[in-house]
Amino acid sequence: MLNQPGGRPGSATPADAASADAVPTGTAPTGTVPTGTASADAVPAGAVAGSVAVPAKAGPPGAPAGGPPGGTRSARDRLWSLGGLRNLSLVGVLAVLVTVGGLTKPDEFLSTDNLQLVLTQASVIGVVTVGMTFVITSGGIDLSVGAMVALASVWATTLATQDFGLGGILMCAVLVGLGCGLVNGVLIAYGGVVPFIATLAMLASARGLALQISDGSTQVVTVQPVLDLGLPDAYVLGVPPLVIIFALVTVAGRLVLTRTTFGRRTVAIGGNAEAARLAGIDVRRQRLLLYLLSGLCCGIAAFMLIVLTGSGQNTNGNLYELDAIAAAIIGGTLLSGGRGTITGSVLGVLVFTTITNLFALNNLQTDVQQIAKGAIIVAAVLVQKGRTSHA
Amino acid sequence: MRDNPRTPAAAPVRPSRRNLLFGTAAAGALFAAGCTSNENNDSGGDSADSRQAANAADTKPGKEVTIGFAGPQADHGWLNAINEQAKRRAKEYEDVTLQTTEGSNDTAQQIGQIETLINKKVDVLVILPADGKALTQVGLKAMKAGIPVVNLDRVFASPQAYRCWIGGDNYGMGLNAGRYIGEKLKGKKNAKVVELAGLDNLELTRQRTKGFDDALKNYPNIEKVGRQAADFTVESGQAKMAQLLQAHSGFDALWNHDDDQGVGAERAIQQAGRDDFLMVGGAGAKRAMQAIKADNTVLKATVLYPPTMAASAIDLARALGQGKGVGGLAELEIPASLTLYSAVVTKDNVDDYLPTGFS
Repeated sequence: MLNQPGGRPGSATPADAASADAVPTGTAPTGTVPTGTASADAVPAGAVAGSVAVPAKAGPPGAPAGGPPGGTRSARDRLWSLGGLRNLSLVGVLAVLVTVGGLTKPDEFLSTDNLQLVLTQASVIGVVTVGMTFVITSGGIDLSVGAMVALASVWATTLATQDFGLGGILMCAVLVGLGCGLVNGVLIAYGGVVPFIATLAMLASARGLALQISDGSTQVVTVQPVLDLGLPDAYVLGVPPLVIIFALVTVAGRLVLTRTTFGRRTVAIGGNAEAARLAGIDVRRQRLLLYLLSGLCCGIAAFMLIVLTGSGQNTNGNLYELDAIAAAIIGGTLLSGGRGTITGSVLGVLVFTTITNLFALNNLQTDVQQIAKGAIIVAAVLVQKGRTSHA
Repeated sequence: MRDNPRTPAAAPVRPSRRNLLFGTAAAGALFAAGCTSNENNDSGGDSADSRQAANAADTKPGKEVTIGFAGPQADHGWLNAINEQAKRRAKEYEDVTLQTTEGSNDTAQQIGQIETLINKKVDVLVILPADGKALTQVGLKAMKAGIPVVNLDRVFASPQAYRCWIGGDNYGMGLNAGRYIGEKLKGKKNAKVVELAGLDNLELTRQRTKGFDDALKNYPNIEKVGRQAADFTVESGQAKMAQLLQAHSGFDALWNHDDDQGVGAERAIQQAGRDDFLMVGGAGAKRAMQAIKADNTVLKATVLYPPTMAASAIDLARALGQGKGVGGLAELEIPASLTLYSAVVTKDNVDDYLPTGFS
């Protein structure tokens, strides 16, 4: 979003917009130098004003607008609507998947049970992806999400923690997630460590610590309220509690990213951190908070995983980092930062989960599943590209 | 004799183990017997001396042996048990010094660790490779340096890379699981079976599946209607089992390759509220055995992949280091390969196996 006010005139053609998408300004500081002062002035104004002004709905579903007045506004609207199209194309992919499922396995696929199943399976990784989307939008990356989930789930299921019951397990999982996030955040924001390296280090150590605590064994949960939370009796009007948590986190994440100062600052530092800093945003504090947020999401996800599996294991959260990044990217979040959409990320997660479900119901094996998954990622991204350039 | 491979861990039950040995020695599967008869010999000098090689290893302190032990990272129950079994066994011998490496799943790192052990000039090496084929070269190197290698479970690509291989029988696991299920469903028309496999990237998973399929071929009334591969983790077990349950509204039996992922699978079964089938596990976790004993879940049996093989590997390494054979066999040397039996643990025999269960 940052590139729009500074770099592109409002009259840019759709093709221009597409190229602006493809080349985010944040990654090429030299490119922004000529207009540095101008954008530094314009952007924070937008970021701050946007948070104050009541955002107006514009364009496709879920595309919030509102912000700087004048020519910059239309540019921004267009960008958001492109984000909306992105979502739309994912909805299309999802629709295709549902159609295929309905045709191949009508009885099994198109049932309430299966909807519950898909949403439940999506919920844990979904919550992680929401946190990841924030981090990526800010131009960062968090490779440690899977390890944090593992550590939090192990720590929260030790016999000592289980003594404190459901509350203790929840508290412990969240605190461990926040603690890891704090370490990540401090290292990245104040220690000057590159996010990739800092979170890679966290990945290694958190997995190690999880292994040390659990000693490689599976820690079975014996706290009944926690176990009950994952059973059909706990469903609220047919909706599993895990799905409710997922929905709440998604809605909260979307509101925070699109309608608060925090969210706008996140987008701002992802677009151009230096400009954001010059504009008076405390970039370091913001980064710290973002990694804390990612840790928090991992803590919540760990608790959900404990409920789902009735246990804690150091192998939990295997490759979550890649799943979350992939979901965010196909959802339309820019890996280089500056643009992010929670709705898109969640749709991305749902696409992946639906694929898994569809393949399992049709008794297709791992090899086919993996090949098709890769193909579908490419297809989804290509469809998006096609749509954006024709928009 | 099928009981033998796991008994080394069960130190308190030595007399019965000897009985088992004698009862089964005639069966002819000399490899497995050879393996355990080493243990048998440990329990005293009164066993059939006339039938044993004169230089068979026994528990009496002999020549000091330094054994180097290199295994993968113990990131799940079974591997953890492997390390435990090896360490505990080594401690039982006064004349054995065990040098263990940090477990690693990284091939390059494990090669480095084993080379360090070679440089330290340990007497015998026990290696459980993270990837058998990838570590063949370092096995060859050790053998060339004059250090006999006991290859544990995941086999090297060349027999020249080890002096003795001891390991489980993945094909046999599938075979016995299939046979057990086949017998249980005998006479049931159009019986349906589903399989929750382990990590499909591993050859062992394919061997288990092949054994399972081969066994089921003997029962024309049974059809395998579904198969999904989890990846040995609780999380994946829950996820894949939930999908299997959704895909198949009715089936009669389930074989789950691994008791660790079984925690998740049973959770999914519980969440789906299903109990209309029988479940057979794999590997032999303590938790699974306790559930079989309690007999209050769908889990009715588990097929062993005994971690006690690590203890047996230490026995073999010690015998190699002391230049001895194993008791109970006519051979002067220890065998070149020992395939352990994948026993089916049910409610009837679970008490025998509980001490070997891992957590």
